[in-house]
Amino acid sequence: MPILWLFLIVSGIAIAGYYLGLARVMRSAGGDRRHMHSLPSYYGGNVAIKAAVPALLLMLVWLLVQPMIVNNSVSALIPDSAIADASSRGLVLSEVRRAADGMDRALAQGTMDASMANDPQADPDDVTSRLQDAGAIVTSQITQPVLNAAQSYRMQNQRGNQFMSGVVIVLALLGALWGLRGAQADFRARNVVESAVKMLLIGAASIAILTTLGIVLSLVFNTIEFFRLYPASDFFFGTNWAPSFSGRGGSSDLGVLPLLWGTFYISLVALAVAIPIGLFAAVYLSEYASNSVRSVAKPLLEVLAGIPTIVYGLFALLTVGPLLVSVFGRDGLGIMQAGTAVITAGLVMGVMLIPFVSSLSDDIINAVPQAMRDGSYGLGATKSETIRQVILPAALPGIVGAILLAASRAIGETMIVVLGAGAAARLSLNPFDAMTTVTAKIVSQLTGDADFASPEALVAFALGMTLFVITLALNVFALYIVRKYREQYD
Amino acid sequence: MKDNHIAENEVATKNIKIAARDVQVYYGDTHAIKDVNVEIEDKTVTAFIGPSGCGKSTFLRCINRMNDTIDVCRVVGDILIDGEDIYDRKVDPVQLRAKVGMVFQKPNPFPKSIYDNVAYGPRIHGLARNKAELDDIVERALRRGAIWNEVKDRLDAPGTGLSGGQQQRLCIARAVATEPEVLLMDEPCSALDPIATAQVEELIDELRQNYSVVIVTHSMQQAARVSQKTAFFHLGNLVEFGETDKIFTAPEDPRTESYITGRIG
Ligand SMILES: Nc1ncnc2c1ncn2[C@@H]1O[C@H](COP(=O)(O)OP(=O)(O)O)[C@@H](O)[C@H]1O
Ligand SMILES: [Mg+2]
Repeated sequence: MPILWLFLIVSGIAIAGYYLGLARVMRSAGGDRRHMHSLPSYYGGNVAIKAAVPALLLMLVWLLVQPMIVNNSVSALIPDSAIADASSRGLVLSEVRRAADGMDRALAQGTMDASMANDPQADPDDVTSRLQDAGAIVTSQITQPVLNAAQSYRMQNQRGNQFMSGVVIVLALLGALWGLRGAQADFRARNVVESAVKMLLIGAASIAILTTLGIVLSLVFNTIEFFRLYPASDFFFGTNWAPSFSGRGGSSDLGVLPLLWGTFYISLVALAVAIPIGLFAAVYLSEYASNSVRSVAKPLLEVLAGIPTIVYGLFALLTVGPLLVSVFGRDGLGIMQAGTAVITAGLVMGVMLIPFVSSLSDDIINAVPQAMRDGSYGLGATKSETIRQVILPAALPGIVGAILLAASRAIGETMIVVLGAGAAARLSLNPFDAMTTVTAKIVSQLTGDADFASPEALVAFALGMTLFVITLALNVFALYIVRKYREQYD
Repeated sequence: MKDNHIAENEVATKNIKIAARDVQVYYGDTHAIKDVNVEIEDKTVTAFIGPSGCGKSTFLRCINRMNDTIDVCRVVGDILIDGEDIYDRKVDPVQLRAKVGMVFQKPNPFPKSIYDNVAYGPRIHGLARNKAELDDIVERALRRGAIWNEVKDRLDAPGTGLSGGQQQRLCIARAVATEPEVLLMDEPCSALDPIATAQVEELIDELRQNYSVVIVTHSMQQAARVSQKTAFFHLGNLVEFGETDKIFTAPEDPRTESYITGRIG
């Protein structure tokens, strides 16, 4: 039975249970809802939850577990001799799955009948040609072991699905009955629904957390794998980044320092642009601008935040880079070789970060109580004195938070760097040199024909891990600062 | 109404600090203060009483031009301090506010140390030549604010860590530190408990030696306790102004009488 059907049947049982629950509790309360512990819909909900949730959970688990079991048992059917030299068990198994899918298709189109599909003595050549007639994609001639494995695969899956449909439907019915038993006027259905809602929310939160954990774990394992192939000290303290391209052999230098330096330098330039401009814009918008200016300027500034970073990258590559070259390049001051440089990427990234800093700071400045301003004006302070000495100090923790958030963005930014900063990893102090960052190198190490067993590809995970730890540290630091000020001023 | 009795009894003998002539205040189209004429004496406590929304705060804020910070607010008429029109173009509202200090309804210490809170005004206006002088000013202000003994050992602690009553006295000390001539207080005790209120009231009585104090209050007992003159506002009008004793024992206007006996507001 197709999964969709099963799902619809379970939903049907749940819906029917809902109305049966309503009717039953009404009867039990003598038709007067005031005699019930909860509102009638809670009793219906109780039945529906008990019918649907366990059944659907079982279905989910079954769908995850069945393929593993079937794969294992089918894999045992294939003798080692059936696996060709250049092949592997995994490849043969996918051939088996393709053959099984092809049989389903051939059966549906009538180019094969059920007896042939299940006949272990069937001629593999005949089967192959029939499958190809049905348009199934089977690459080579199907061999006898593959055919038998495919037949067994189909059988087991069919039985498994039938069995699952039966068990799930029975479970749904049992659940509905269990719920219906509770459809009595004094049953606390409202509390049951309440805890179901709580479980739902806990479930959502756990998925979010578990996903994060999963991402971290995949980073960790691949990073460990990388350090098995490449010495950690060379990675962390190496000052040279020169990966040899995979497949061609030779040894690579995979020192992270030039990349970290590039990341740090470009972020620094970006923050040097974004912090003053963003902060001053925020102060103007929240303290000086009239309401009409504010209502136009604030959305305009926030439009900047909605521009995809690839567009900023193009802007860096096509506009800012050439502009800088015309001033600092060979025809100008002669200190800039090409348009792609730290300064190009940094300036454009700074522009990208302005709305982050300004919009967050603006909200934070607005949250400073009017009483603070009144107090300062009442003592004869001017507007800028008030801003410098009262409002900004009061808003400082929030502003620091905004800045660190912007820093995280800068460190993680990729497209602007790829297009604006060049691809050369180097340790240099000259902002007019091309440099590259950790993120840009992660991309370049994984694009193309990456062999995931080579250190040249695995280094991407070590780079990702490094980045992750740095951003994490930054966030922890931000929290620490914010706490410290809170304690002092609250 | 015109304050005839004042003109007869007081003007000749007392020193007038603040004089308002035909003051009107508008918030956009709302006419919040109508035709107010009043003369406030030096070294006296003057109380503004009246039901909520009658314009007491609005009028108080005219005296140090705090209403300038509200976009929609417009003030018409003259307010003279020591005979000088404070709404004259020559007058810098920022300088004016150093001369006319203000204490607000809710204590609003800055998120700075106690010392920095008090030193804020003197620093801005350059009242001290060196650290020693500043220390002196801060100590004097805190003593006048009747809070020195409680905070002298923790001047570096944040002002926001004090209790409500202490915070309000800190705010008074902060206002006093700039050596104002007039002190405006907008319901300074409404956020305080009775003990803190009593301390602040005592303080107000002491401040009278040096300043002209104008206090807005919701409590008629408080007005009776601390003030020598009382002004009763109603719906934006100054209904009656005179000796506190007289206002509370023999009000002339029926509206004043209703308010005092609890029938309006
Ligand atoms: N910032 C403002 N904007 C518009 N109207 C205001 C503002 N402040 C006060 N008002 C109006 O002015 C009138 C007087 O208010 P206020 O002076 O605060 O009264 P009180 O202090 O006596 O309770 C009220 O009607 C109030 O709604
Ligand atoms: Mg008021």
